Amino acid sequence: MSIQEDVEALKRIPLFAKVEPAKLKLMAFASERAQYQPGDLLFHQGDTADAAFIILSGSADILVETENGPLRVADVGPGAFVGEIGILMDVPRTATIRATEKMTVLKITKELFFRMVTDFPSIGIEVMRVLAQRIEHMNVQLREAVAAKK
Amino acid sequence: MEPKLFKYIWRHSWRDQIPILIVVVIAQVMYLVSLDLPKRIVNDAIQGKAFQGKALADFLKFTLPLPDFLGGSVQLFSGFQLDQLSYLLALCFSYLFFVVLNGWLKQTVNTEKGRLGERMLRRLRFELFDRVLQFPLLQFRKVKQAEIATMIKDEVEPLGGFIGDAFITPAYLGGLAATALLFIFMQNMSMGFVTIGMLAVQIVVIPKLRVKILMLGKQRQITARQLAGRIAESVDGAIEIHANDTSNYERADIVHRLGRIFQIRFELYQRKFLVKYINNMLAQTTPFLYFVIGGYYALKGQFDVGTLLAVISAYKDLPSPIKELIDWDQQRQDVQIKYDQVIEQFTPPGMLDPRLQHIDNENEIAPASVRLERVTYHDESGAALAEDISLEIAPGEHLAIVGGNNSGKEAVAALMARLVRPFSGNLRYGERDLLDLPESVTGRRFAYLGDETYLLPVSLEENLLYSLKHRPLREAVYEGADLSAFERRLYETKRAGSPTFDYFADWIDYQGAGVADRAALEERVRALLITVEFEEDVYQFGLRGRIESTNRNGLAEEFLKARGGVRARLDEPQFASLVEPFDPEHYNRNMTVAENILFGTALDATFAPESLATNAHLSSVLNAAEVTGDLIALGQQIASTMVELFADLPAGHPFFEQFSFISAEDLPRFQQLVTRLQRTGLDAATAEDKRRLIALTFPYIEARHRLGLIDDTFEDKLLKARKQFRELLPKPQAQAIEFYDPARYNAAATVQDNILFGRLVYGQAQAAQKVGAVLSEVIDSLSLRPQVIAVGLTFNVGAAGKKLSFAQRQKAGLIRALLKRPQLVILNNTLSAFDEASQRRLLTGIRADLKGAALVFITHTAALARNFDRIVVMQSGRIVETGRPAELDRVNSKFQVLLGAPEPVG
Repeated sequence: MSIQEDVEALKRIPLFAKVEPAKLKLMAFASERAQYQPGDLLFHQGDTADAAFIILSGSADILVETENGPLRVADVGPGAFVGEIGILMDVPRTATIRATEKMTVLKITKELFFRMVTDFPSIGIEVMRVLAQRIEHMNVQLREAVAAKK
Repeated sequence: MEPKLFKYIWRHSWRDQIPILIVVVIAQVMYLVSLDLPKRIVNDAIQGKAFQGKALADFLKFTLPLPDFLGGSVQLFSGFQLDQLSYLLALCFSYLFFVVLNGWLKQTVNTEKGRLGERMLRRLRFELFDRVLQFPLLQFRKVKQAEIATMIKDEVEPLGGFIGDAFITPAYLGGLAATALLFIFMQNMSMGFVTIGMLAVQIVVIPKLRVKILMLGKQRQITARQLAGRIAESVDGAIEIHANDTSNYERADIVHRLGRIFQIRFELYQRKFLVKYINNMLAQTTPFLYFVIGGYYALKGQFDVGTLLAVISAYKDLPSPIKELIDWDQQRQDVQIKYDQVIEQFTPPGMLDPRLQHIDNENEIAPASVRLERVTYHDESGAALAEDISLEIAPGEHLAIVGGNNSGKEAVAALMARLVRPFSGNLRYGERDLLDLPESVTGRRFAYLGDETYLLPVSLEENLLYSLKHRPLREAVYEGADLSAFERRLYETKRAGSPTFDYFADWIDYQGAGVADRAALEERVRALLITVEFEEDVYQFGLRGRIESTNRNGLAEEFLKARGGVRARLDEPQFASLVEPFDPEHYNRNMTVAENILFGTALDATFAPESLATNAHLSSVLNAAEVTGDLIALGQQIASTMVELFADLPAGHPFFEQFSFISAEDLPRFQQLVTRLQRTGLDAATAEDKRRLIALTFPYIEARHRLGLIDDTFEDKLLKARKQFRELLPKPQAQAIEFYDPARYNAAATVQDNILFGRLVYGQAQAAQKVGAVLSEVIDSLSLRPQVIAVGLTFNVGAAGKKLSFAQRQKAGLIRALLKRPQLVILNNTLSAFDEASQRRLLTGIRADLKGAALVFITHTAALARNFDRIVVMQSGRIVETGRPAELDRVNSKFQVLLGAPEPVG
């Protein structure tokens, strides 16, 4: 697996689609590529957040701890950018992520992420765009839910 | 100690001084004889005065001139009859003989003086250190260790040089001066009196002028010592300096001190030369008086000119011994002041009675009650820390003393541990006065532990066993040359009056530790490691440690077994991709290029990463394996990738340090190189370019950096280079590297690396934890844990144990205290580094280990006292409540108050 393939994989992720390839290469070079076996945890709810992850291949469950044990709230697959809430807001992990199949991820440490955003504002803008889309998406869902209730 | 330096020197060295004095006298006579010979050679032998017409002359004819009434002269030795040439040769060889003899005597005197001085210096230093060991503990709050060290090390040093001359120099110079003076008197009485008068002026005036010099000398000594103390403080307080940005304040302090020292030294200098000047003046004035007075009498015809000249020439011999004598006297006063200074510092009030530390003291005492009878203790400011304390602790009782800050509970502990002396009241152990017990009893049978334990900068094991080293128990065995060296050392030790305990003997008191032998002791240490929850840490030290000598109890072989075991486990599918083993036949993608070629641990700088680029053997091997060209191409690719990735980043960006192969300042040069080579092709690269490009490839790790640059053919070539690197390694460099060999233990690598014998694969999540677990499993299954711990115990804890955490130091202190199986243990806030739950767990373990020993546990955390036999509650230096936990478990007892709401701080 060479760094060039990582760059190709990053390009396919919407968040980084518009970022120059040279920057992506730097990011790929500076981040750690890690393999997870099924059942391995990327992180556990309540852990300190030290990194975000870009899933290059494989999939994982997002679990939230409840009184009745862990509850699966979503799943994520290749191209997903996860764990960013913890490092952006500096809060402990809000959920647990567990690999459901063999996964390859790029681990982007908090320091690296902020460095990239400060040094290359284009990445920051992309992050904002993705987050804004997410809010918009939630607003739509909220409106639909309110409408359904009426 | 003896306050008078001279008395001190004489008392301890008269036996050495007297023979030297005798030799000095003999040497002096020899010297005079040898002075007379040249005259005889010229006059008697060459000019023939001894012959006066005869063909032969007497040589070595000794006649004892006795007055006639005793029978006239007696001939002792008839001598030889020699002709003129033989006579000349005989006299010349006699001259040579005396010169050689005289030189030899001088050398003997100097050697003996040197030895005498060094012996005395050694004695003095030892006595000072000995006194440090007897200082009352409170004294250590007042003195600075750097100052003490400076005094013992530097300040007494000039004394050593002086001691050899202390008696000999004045005797010798005084003799010379007296002779010359006598001669002058014999020539003319009045001239003699003039001389004596001038000398008297010199002897009276000069020392007066020197009073100020001596004072300055004293100040110089004190300021220099304080400087040493201050520098040590800056070193100790380095963290505070950086944390508070006070470095410039520190600078100002040192600048001020150095300025003061400069002033003192310069003034000293000025005065010294002034005195020298006056001294010379006075010496020169005397001939002036001779000329005036002698000339006057000569003109009057009462004095003949020849006598005047003789007197003046005799006087010329006089000033130099006198001057030297005055110098000697100056030196004497100087060292006396140094000596006084040092002695003063080493004579604090309340020194321990040396008998308490005598090595042959009793070391057993039957378990008895500790009794405090109306004990009061005030600190130095007079504040009462413990007032009217009466308390009895039965043998085997576990007592907790609780209280808030300023409750005085620490003072009670310090009193029981004899760290401080009570102001009034009695402390008893059974019927004995606790304060009179020798340290051989208190140090072996009692254990006291505060919240900080001082650890020496040696191995952890030696630190733990420190509490068992009271006296040499089994002599070290010396043979052959070692034995004679040992005996010589011993002889000198005795001559210097130092105790003769051998540091290299076995000092460990197995009996005191309650074990039979070394093996049992090691087992006991391991058990204690578990008791105080330190075992896992030491195990980790062991994994990261190295075996000092490969043969240590066959340890290497055992770890090799584990290597096989771990390999087998890691081959199982769930671990398969976690570790890439060191295989001589395969390229390891998780190692750097350089590591792959060297395939071993560099032992010194020869093959250290920074010197590889210029290593001749390496470059010849690379050439032979025909891999140089590939490496240059690889270097070019790495360089262009780095330039592409990092060119936009500002210099000083943290990415450079973290990720780049090229530092920010080198990047522009590589940028130029890359551009140039793109234009001209690699063939145009200079030798220097090539070298730099190759150096760039050395730290490259394929699995980590993922540039996809090393393919199978490349790997094969590198493997060939690896093989040749080893086979063709020049002999002298064989000591510089230890190769990885699957069948051998690599003593230069850590235990963990040896067992694992491979690299963790990059990018495998939780690889380290998973592999660590496998490692532990295998080590346990082979029962190798004790061996790993044995290696862990060789871990050097660093200065003051600073390589250990605070909690680890407390644990080490606990083991040290428990190891000697004390019958009374005082723990004074000892577990403060731990949370309450851990303290509870540790206490349970410790109390179970005590087996019948009494325990006094002082703590802020009242809840910990709950399951002790008895609880004492203190407040404002007084005992306010005593009882069993059940008795104190009532509403509104002081103990309950402490449990509920801790007393406010302050």
